[in-house]
Amino acid sequence: MLAVQVLINALLLGCLYGCIAIGFSLVWGVLNVINLIHGSFIVLGAYLAWAAYQWLSIPPWFALAIAAPLFFGLGYLLQQLVLNRVITAPVLVTLTLTFGLDLILNNVMIYYFKADYRKLTLSPPMGSVSILDVVVPVDRLLATASALALTGLLYLLLRRSRIGRAIVAVRLDRDAAVLMGVDVKSIYAIAFGLGAALAGCAGVLMSLIFPISPLTSATFLGKSFVVCVLGGLGSVSGALAGGLLLAFVEGFGSTLFGPSHAITLSFGLLIIFLIVRPQGLLGRKGFE
Amino acid sequence: MTRSNLALLVLIACVAALPLFAGPYALRLGTIACMYAVLALSWNVVGGFAGYPSFATAAFFGFGAYATGVLLNDGVALTLSVVAALISSFALAALLGTVLLRLRGHYFAIASLSLVEVLREFVNNATDLTGGGMGLNIPLTSGSGILADASFFFFAMWGLLLATAFVVIAVSSSKLGFGLACIRQNETASNMVGLNATLYKSIAFGLSACFVSAAGGIYAAWVHYIDPSDVFDILYSVKPIVMALMGGLGSPFGVVCGALLYLGLEEVVWRNYIQIHSGVLGVLIVILLLFLPHGLTSLRTSMFWRKAKHV
Repeated sequence: MLAVQVLINALLLGCLYGCIAIGFSLVWGVLNVINLIHGSFIVLGAYLAWAAYQWLSIPPWFALAIAAPLFFGLGYLLQQLVLNRVITAPVLVTLTLTFGLDLILNNVMIYYFKADYRKLTLSPPMGSVSILDVVVPVDRLLATASALALTGLLYLLLRRSRIGRAIVAVRLDRDAAVLMGVDVKSIYAIAFGLGAALAGCAGVLMSLIFPISPLTSATFLGKSFVVCVLGGLGSVSGALAGGLLLAFVEGFGSTLFGPSHAITLSFGLLIIFLIVRPQGLLGRKGFE
Repeated sequence: MTRSNLALLVLIACVAALPLFAGPYALRLGTIACMYAVLALSWNVVGGFAGYPSFATAAFFGFGAYATGVLLNDGVALTLSVVAALISSFALAALLGTVLLRLRGHYFAIASLSLVEVLREFVNNATDLTGGGMGLNIPLTSGSGILADASFFFFAMWGLLLATAFVVIAVSSSKLGFGLACIRQNETASNMVGLNATLYKSIAFGLSACFVSAAGGIYAAWVHYIDPSDVFDILYSVKPIVMALMGGLGSPFGVVCGALLYLGLEEVVWRNYIQIHSGVLGVLIVILLLFLPHGLTSLRTSMFWRKAKHV
């Protein structure tokens, strides 16, 4: 029964991991930028949900609707005003730049929210359902469902809408997209905005499950790295597959070897994947 | 010996005069300055010469600190433990390099970043050997008064800086340095003309690790207490990059100037605005990258050549 419980937990957590990583994957795939500020966006989203619930008693489900446009605007402006200026520079420059931005945002959060761990506790609590011996907390189930809904929404956006097709076109071949009349800089800004919005929404969902602190941003960022490399870059299904794989490895790894080895295991897996299969589970070679 | 390399050696010689007229606080700053310069010079070998965006500095800093710390606790002499850390980290990095340096660009950056995480978790979990999250206490080595202690570690770090500078200068003017420059410009082409890129990159990675690790060892003996989140701090990976970007990538003299300048700024911000010091560091990075993409050297060239560039 333990195995089934671990399996269910990993399934729920895996979808959330996918949701965390999907914005990161989008930005990496489309802009070719490793967005180190992603983890702090997630934490900021979690604080938004916490503040909305504590001060205005807005439940997290509705906070999603506030977070999405807010973070989209933030990401859009950041890309237009700052990142677009160095977008053609080598890897080192964009990477260090987003690191600098991350330091700023993280410091602002430490300054205003302090480094204490907080938790969003719903009152009344939602309890849990148990089928046979498998226990599933309802809030976690709802968070996973929302994560899947967000992922589906992004998939539809990229598949069906005009802007989505333009984003995919820029990802596949930037120069050809320019020749077809796509305004690449504004597509970059939109893609970064979408990435930020997804990070903010993922943060709102995370606030239901994990404690919130500016110090956790590095953990979220690390998970995004691993998920992206495992699943493959820039595709929605790849992020989900990577998230599920990571959650399974972590879940079964910590049951078998103890939780302290779960991180070593996941980063070891990351390095192996980077060397053996850098395009990820679902990525295509030469596609990045 | 080019003029800028000569300037580097003169600069380092000037730093050695610090104990003549300074107290323990300035000596502490001087020790950190030497340490930062070692880190930045070492990073420059793989990041500046070969053009690989390595974030592994913190991994080797922590490795050296722990290797030295564990050896010191076993009663091995300080010099011997630091040398042991230096040699073992060279071997480790060269070995890892043959695998990791097959990756390029973002993938290499992420792999080197995760090396830090992996080593930290190893140290965290090997509680019997390293004390895990509780940290590691390191016995006092000299203990003959504050000033004597401070100047001892200052000279230790300074000596390391001198050794690093000699090696880096030797590399930059040797066949190895030329090969690394070829790899930076076009790796595929240099492979084609028969340059053993894997070997060159591995040696470069090893060189960039060994002095960092020795610096970590001296640091550990200096502060007497290390814990994983301190010595495997990712900032140790990022700071050398910022220093190198400040001073201008690739030139050893520029990189050391960048390190000194960075330390000055960091100390001023840290002393006066402790609550926002990392935010100010972030602002500094952003301004630097947006407006001075080639470091301080771009100040001079942009003043004279800006008009000519757009003709």
